Amino acid sequence: MATQKHTIVALVLDKPGVFNRISSLFRRRGFNMESIAVGHSELPNISRVTIVVDGSTVQVEQVRKQLEKNIDVVKVTDITLRDTIIRELALIKVHANSTTRSEIIQIVDIFRAKIVDVSGDSLTVEVTGDTPKVDTLYKLLKVFGIKEIARTGCIAMTRGDNASI
Amino acid sequence: MKMTGSQILCESLIKEGVDVIFGILGGSILPLYDTLTEYPQLRHVLVRHEQAAAHAAEGYARVTGKPGVCFATSGPGATNLVTGIANAFLDSTPVIAVTGQVATPFIGKDAFQEIDITGITLPITKHNYLVSDAASVAQTVKEAFYVARSGRPGPILIDIPKDIQVNPVEFDYSAKLVMPGYKPTVNGHPTQLKKAAKLIAEAQRPVIIAGHGVIISEAYEELKELAEKAQIPVISTLLGISSFPGSHILSYGWLGMHGMAYSNKAIDACDLVIAIGMRFDDRATGKVSGFAPRAKVIHIDIDPAEIGKNVKVDVPIVGDVRNVLRSMNKYIETMQHEEWMAELEELRAKHPLSVPDCSDKILPQYVIHKICQATDGKATVVTGVGQHQMWTAQYYTFNRHNGLLTSGGLGTMGFELPASVGAAVGRPDEDIWCIAGDGSFQMTMQELGTIAQENLNIKIAIMNNGYLGMVRQWQEMFYGKRYMATPLGGPNFVKLAEAYCIPALDVKRREDVEPAIQKAKDHEGCFLLNFIVEPEENVYPMVPPGASLAEVMETPRKEVLTWPRKSTL
Repeated sequence: MATQKHTIVALVLDKPGVFNRISSLFRRRGFNMESIAVGHSELPNISRVTIVVDGSTVQVEQVRKQLEKNIDVVKVTDITLRDTIIRELALIKVHANSTTRSEIIQIVDIFRAKIVDVSGDSLTVEVTGDTPKVDTLYKLLKVFGIKEIARTGCIAMTRGDNASI
Repeated sequence: MKMTGSQILCESLIKEGVDVIFGILGGSILPLYDTLTEYPQLRHVLVRHEQAAAHAAEGYARVTGKPGVCFATSGPGATNLVTGIANAFLDSTPVIAVTGQVATPFIGKDAFQEIDITGITLPITKHNYLVSDAASVAQTVKEAFYVARSGRPGPILIDIPKDIQVNPVEFDYSAKLVMPGYKPTVNGHPTQLKKAAKLIAEAQRPVIIAGHGVIISEAYEELKELAEKAQIPVISTLLGISSFPGSHILSYGWLGMHGMAYSNKAIDACDLVIAIGMRFDDRATGKVSGFAPRAKVIHIDIDPAEIGKNVKVDVPIVGDVRNVLRSMNKYIETMQHEEWMAELEELRAKHPLSVPDCSDKILPQYVIHKICQATDGKATVVTGVGQHQMWTAQYYTFNRHNGLLTSGGLGTMGFELPASVGAAVGRPDEDIWCIAGDGSFQMTMQELGTIAQENLNIKIAIMNNGYLGMVRQWQEMFYGKRYMATPLGGPNFVKLAEAYCIPALDVKRREDVEPAIQKAKDHEGCFLLNFIVEPEENVYPMVPPGASLAEVMETPRKEVLTWPRKSTL
């Protein structure tokens, strides 16, 4: 069966152990989680979880239903096919010396990313965007030598008036 | 009025209709047990191992339809519950397990008998709780019972630290439950009901597959109405046995690995499957790609996650089986499927459930058949797991609703004796027959102590073949008859029972079978029968692993005996 990346948004109660319940569900049912990001939502005591999962439509429908079975999970929506804004943030620490620094800054500018820290032999870049953009910048910076990278995983929201979920 | 956490727990249990608790105490649950002295209306049944407490609670829940409650202490007490909780989880049974935990300041310090039981039971409970203060005990219990019994039932674990058991707070049970993440769908969607009725009206060769959900929602009459109105044969799953009277003319056996050959062949030949409260387990479907290849599928289940999980469904209906059938039956027109019924009768005559005709040996199938006759098919029958379980399911014709208690999903050997304890407590005035294998029985036979202490009226019939029989059968068929670790010694079961002051008999000759069963039946109280049966008898029919239902193998023996089938409407 053909697989593709699906973006799932879940609203969950802000209680101890909820994150454990979600991640253990993915592990034991063999669902392939690409990334997961958690934070507060607009509602009190409700957290918003964005999960990117790789699988067939049938598998991802199972993911959604199994998540929804969880008593601490209020609502789960697969927003893959909707018109959405998807963003992640990455911090990339890249080797830089006097000869490469300006070239790196040019690349960073093209991506509308920011230099957030400078040292004698490195630059730290902050980039926000969808996954392909972050991947592409990473690929371009790789030739200079990456010292460290940290990515948040995707968060997502639908465009327009309606709430995503 | 202020009450301790333990008092609040007991008061809450009483408010939820609890009258019996199965358990064993220990250090971390001592305050709660001390409080039990103030509540004589809560009967405590002391078991001999915590696994039995969970199985007994499940047995009780399955016969009464009420959540069963078990108590255990922290650490090993809690971990011993795990098998029983998992069993209840896979067979969708409401069980409330209450465990003591080390006092709050010790949590996370690897204290004596501290174990993270909420972590351990996370994947095998419908939900679980670590209570963080005495003020939340009442609300937790209320929520636990609501969740356990509603929707698709399941086990709930409540872990209560020792200090919380003694902390005094105000008791208030009036608070409303606020659970935004839990809203089970109980009524079928009208559009889906109509679509299903249309498929049923169009079908020429329909079958119903009745699962455990029919029993859980007590949809017996609704199922019967559907079957009779549209003249559709009812095939059950293993756990659906006794959801429909076994001697009804439309009763057509049960499906799966050791189901009747004719049932499996009917699934292969049908053009519509109406699956009711079942989940297409692999033991039931055989090779999924070969399951009901000519049929459309209507799937009724309360758990939306079961829809489309294993088998592609044409018309899914999410809801409580009884509600759904009640509404759907209104759209069903009276129908006859004469050709199909004739074909099925021919199929049944050609592929009957038969046993080898051996007059000189005791065959386990014969014993079960005789127990069925002696009890008129109306006993509550509890089995372990293995060959004896399959023979019971095949040769005991259930003529009462919810008569079979067996471990289906988890396949827990040793389920029978402790589950019988719960069944006997839940149905004190009825015949309880515990049909055991000698291997299965030896896993939990310490519960003879519980039975003796509580004076429970359980008839125990051991099908003693000296093997871990089902595994031996697989070794014979698929592992070149290399009997690694399956020959099994055992105690002298009669002496063992007598050591617990339980009367018992060895039965070694065929002519002694009937009188022995009668003797056990007539005895007031527990009685143990040790049937020395043919050691290498195999369970047939069998759908070999990886094969489809149509490829069911029937007994290779030539001389077979078929018991006449009495059909009534």
